Amino acid sequence: MSAILQTQKLRVEYRTRELRQPVKIALTGLDLEVRAGEVFGFLGPNGAGKTTTMNVLLGFVPPTSGAASLFGIDVRQPIARQRIGYLPEMTYYYKFLSAEELLRFYAKIFGLARAEADRRIDQLLKLVELESARKRPIKSYSKGMQQRVGLAQALLNNPDLLILDEPTSGLDPLGRMKVREIIQRLKNEGKTVFFSSHELGEVETICDRVAIVHQGDLKAVGTVAEISAGHPNLEQAFLKIVGFQSAHAS
Amino acid sequence: MNKIFALTGVVIKELYRRKDFYVLFVLTAVLTLAAGAVNFFHDEKIVRYVKDICLLLIWISSLVIAIVTTARQIPAEREARTIFPLLAKPVSRGQVIAGKFLGCWLATGMALVVFYFFFAVITGSKEQSWPVLTYFQAAWMQWLLLGIVIALVLLGSIYFAAPSSTSTISFVVVISILLVGSHLHVIALQQPEPMQTVLTFVYYIMPHLEWFYLSDFVVYDFGHVPLLKIIAATLYAAVWTGILLLLAWLGFRRKNLTT
Ligand SMILES: Nc1ncnc2c1ncn2[C@@H]1O[C@H](COP(=O)(O)OP(=O)(O)O)[C@@H](O)[C@H]1O
Ligand SMILES: [Mg+2]
Repeated sequence: MSAILQTQKLRVEYRTRELRQPVKIALTGLDLEVRAGEVFGFLGPNGAGKTTTMNVLLGFVPPTSGAASLFGIDVRQPIARQRIGYLPEMTYYYKFLSAEELLRFYAKIFGLARAEADRRIDQLLKLVELESARKRPIKSYSKGMQQRVGLAQALLNNPDLLILDEPTSGLDPLGRMKVREIIQRLKNEGKTVFFSSHELGEVETICDRVAIVHQGDLKAVGTVAEISAGHPNLEQAFLKIVGFQSAHAS
Repeated sequence: MNKIFALTGVVIKELYRRKDFYVLFVLTAVLTLAAGAVNFFHDEKIVRYVKDICLLLIWISSLVIAIVTTARQIPAEREARTIFPLLAKPVSRGQVIAGKFLGCWLATGMALVVFYFFFAVITGSKEQSWPVLTYFQAAWMQWLLLGIVIALVLLGSIYFAAPSSTSTISFVVVISILLVGSHLHVIALQQPEPMQTVLTFVYYIMPHLEWFYLSDFVVYDFGHVPLLKIIAATLYAAVWTGILLLLAWLGFRRKNLTT
């Protein structure tokens, strides 16, 4: 199978404003490969470098060294993003637009034809259950509704690859289940999903493969079974790999 | 191009939904109206004076609208993080700059149309004269100038995160150029070296915004400007706007948006 998402020796340093402060190394040389059709969980504790990796893949942060590509196209080219959907970790959308207007705007950015856009917008608003609020400005939406707008915009172009940054964080249990359902459905449609999380329970059930990063470094990659081999479950394996000493461990 | 127009549409939608400038609009309209209502007694001097004030008002209002609106665009997208889902789509940062520019420029253009229309109706109904071509030229030149200003502010907004600093600095720069721009080389001659060389140099490389101020033609009924001069001014403005947008794009292109 071919790699749809790839990073090679990816290194990212953040320069801090104060001159005497050392640069902050967010990624030390990450090699990652996500193959077509898999659901790939990108795990790591807070500050591990998950968001940074995604920011490079989307072209928000230029790599200090190394390379990253989507569908074999260098991420510096906008066209690399034609077939992806992205859900940011946390975002507000244009508050003065309605959900429908927001999606119509993004559809134009994707270059979708009018009829196709209309059809997809109707379909997505139904999927995320925002049909009744579609004409209201986003500023009148609750937090959960705003997150669902985010999900709808990520699916607008019927993407082949989804990049989701902690898609379930901050959602209630029902919301989480819906997101998991959607990921599962996308997988059945043959899409590739790359998502970050620190919710190990959900990762275990839906991921084909996972990678564990810690302090900007890739610590492990493989199927859930491979990584949890020799441990009671994925959570224990994860804790061991990131060097957490459980009080109960003897 | 459709992507750029889509961005433009959002800028304009935001502007009229935010309603920030409605106050400014109404204020300008009311003041122009009040000025027009003054009984002139056909005193040539007062008529000119009133027209001059109205025109100045239009200039200041449109500058405020152009600068404040533009300074906010990119910082607001970064603050609300709307820039991320946007740039995650197949749109280049150059297109974002172009769309923002076009949106702000068209919006100020619409404001100008309203202002000048109002001005023409008020003065026309009083004086029974309709120098439409002169008004059109004055508005066109002012719009060209606002294009340069908007490109300048867009450039500033990439380096100064706070819209208020960008607005203030832009205001000072634009007003200074308008006030002393045409005299700078003369002022330079009165200065000791190296000031003289520096100011002369600045005179030759700065955008001469004051060339676009046609109030004398409007106020003193000078007739209209020769077409060739308008074309030259249009080209001059296009080159300056292009240079400033290019610089804005160069600054934005490689910018790390997470810091
Ligand atoms: N813009 C930034 N400037 C400086 N340091 C940053 C910036 N963004 C992230 N970092 C640092 O880089 C590291 C990785 O962060 P991040 O990629 O957000 O981690 P994660 O998403 O895995 O929680 C953290 O130590 C964080 O403090
Ligand atoms: Mg993160």
